Amino acid sequence: MKIAKAFGLEDLKLDYSTFKAIGPLVALVFLFILATIINPAFLSAGNLRNVLARTAFIGIIAVGSTFVIVAGGIDLSVGSMAAFISGVMIIAMNSISGYLGFGIQTVLVGMAVSVGVGFLAGSFNGLFVTKGKIEPFIVTLGTMGIFRSLVTYLADGGTLSLDFGIRATYRPVYYQLILGIPVPVIVFALIAIISTIVLKKTSFGRYCLAIGSNYEVAKYSAINVSRIRTMTFIIQGLCVAIATILYVPRLGAASSSTGLMWELEAIAAVIIGGTALKGGYGRIWGTIVGAIILTLIGNILNLTDLVSPYLNGTVQGLIIIGAVMFQRGGNK
Amino acid sequence: MKKAGIGLLILAVIAVFGFMGTPVRAEAEMTFGISIPAATHGWTGGVNYWAERTVERLRFKYPDYNFILATAEGPEEQINDIEDLYAIHNIDALIILPFESDPLTNPVRYLKEQGVFITVVDRGLAEEGIEDIYVAGDNPGLGRVSAEYMIDRLDGTGDIVVLRGIPTLIDDQRFDAFMELVDETDINVLDWEYAHWNRDDGYEVMQDYLTRFDHIDAVWAQDDDIALGVIEAIREVGREDEMFVVGGAGMVEIIERVMAGDELTPVTVSYPPDMIAAGIEITVLHFDSPSPILGEFIIASELITPENAEDFYFPDSPF
Repeated sequence: MKIAKAFGLEDLKLDYSTFKAIGPLVALVFLFILATIINPAFLSAGNLRNVLARTAFIGIIAVGSTFVIVAGGIDLSVGSMAAFISGVMIIAMNSISGYLGFGIQTVLVGMAVSVGVGFLAGSFNGLFVTKGKIEPFIVTLGTMGIFRSLVTYLADGGTLSLDFGIRATYRPVYYQLILGIPVPVIVFALIAIISTIVLKKTSFGRYCLAIGSNYEVAKYSAINVSRIRTMTFIIQGLCVAIATILYVPRLGAASSSTGLMWELEAIAAVIIGGTALKGGYGRIWGTIVGAIILTLIGNILNLTDLVSPYLNGTVQGLIIIGAVMFQRGGNK
Repeated sequence: MKKAGIGLLILAVIAVFGFMGTPVRAEAEMTFGISIPAATHGWTGGVNYWAERTVERLRFKYPDYNFILATAEGPEEQINDIEDLYAIHNIDALIILPFESDPLTNPVRYLKEQGVFITVVDRGLAEEGIEDIYVAGDNPGLGRVSAEYMIDRLDGTGDIVVLRGIPTLIDDQRFDAFMELVDETDINVLDWEYAHWNRDDGYEVMQDYLTRFDHIDAVWAQDDDIALGVIEAIREVGREDEMFVVGGAGMVEIIERVMAGDELTPVTVSYPPDMIAAGIEITVLHFDSPSPILGEFIIASELITPENAEDFYFPDSPF
């Protein structure tokens, strides 16, 4: 200690807590090395693009979930919400194309619808939690079923397909590369940067953390707890809407199987990233690393036949538990 | 107080909608109960569409008959459904497309013992002789027909990848029948993976296979929803000329491609969700016709080519 102090290094703690702080990154690097050993094709530009573009959906949604969870909430409805927004968006674009044609304006209307529905869906969750005073788990469990069944209803139990004319216009939003980087990855990066600033540098971000760490204290510190919590759910809804805007041009379809289990993947990404499930502490970059780790597992399993596909779920589960244990390990 | 009011309002709305869904006819001559899986993926979506359409048609044609349609999210829920159909609606006949064979065998047998007429569609029950009418889909046939086409087209040699559905008995039957024929040839299955009868998974798994394998001659996607994802992944990297894709079931979008003579999807294999319509119609016919309509009806899995695609084309179907 004395030596460290003498060199002015007392702040640089190279002990377990540093390790813990960068835990998710270490896990990510480990997976990268493992994947490269298993199949060198992993490092090809094409594969890395695939992985990152896939991560964008869950990643953007998980960024929203980080706000909700940091403020002590949880949102189980995001997967169903994504499916519902996709469905509404496709119906809106198909019907408006009769008036506006297959051009960019139809796609813009679709995007506006998506953002609008995302805002409303998030507000619905948020207001039932705060004004209705029902636990977030219950509210969003309810809306999870509601959104899922609404998309099934809209699709007549089948698949809603985007008109081929619009699909051609809309396609670049998923497939276009800018400087070799897919559009969804760029959007994902922008959202990550903005969210990091919001969570770390604004009073809203600090209020979120305060509410999550001690609800009562936050309330008596003159923080408008209801408003902040409602806003976290609205941010979540908007994130789902943005993810949907990027998702729809990929395959141009929505059905009742769209976005299945995304809510659990989003929550897993947040927790792997080091955010506390009970709220009060969180970090956006961790969530992003968590989301990449989750996508990587699926990618690696597809690139090898070392593991029987019957056991894919086991490998996934072990890596999730392992990654979280790793960053908390020995922490009594 | 206000909150309780809103809660009550919500419950009231649900109650009104709930009752609207089940018109009760007091003087129905006969009641038919229909139990099917909920629309959890494309094919079951088709089943729901055809069941609703058929019931609508029959309600109009046979005003004295009452039809009750129940959809279940899983086998346990389906058991509850058929118990309710019997206990609450006193059904005379049950038409069931079982989620899974084993768990539903005993509950269906119980209804049979109470004198309910039983029609089983698609998957058989675990025990023979319970049902009066069996309208069977041919899952091993789907695997076989797909394998025969592939072997023929590839001259018995080449590299293929297989994308399977959801780990279930149906999926095993298809896969085993396919592999049985393929194993006798020089066709090499590079690898297989579950794609859950789902477009997104088809896309992602195929992307990774395209990264991993430099050369693929053909893809057996087993299902048209998966096939659509696979096609998108192949198009993305411009390898359309290298391979072809065989799906299955007979989805509108794929039938359209086959009709148009698309090189990437030259054929598909039928596994029509409208078999539920056949099941319902045959059961009603049994009660309406003087001749004894009983026994087993097999809906064959057929190869759909540009020549016969017209017969399998239902542009209004959601699947």
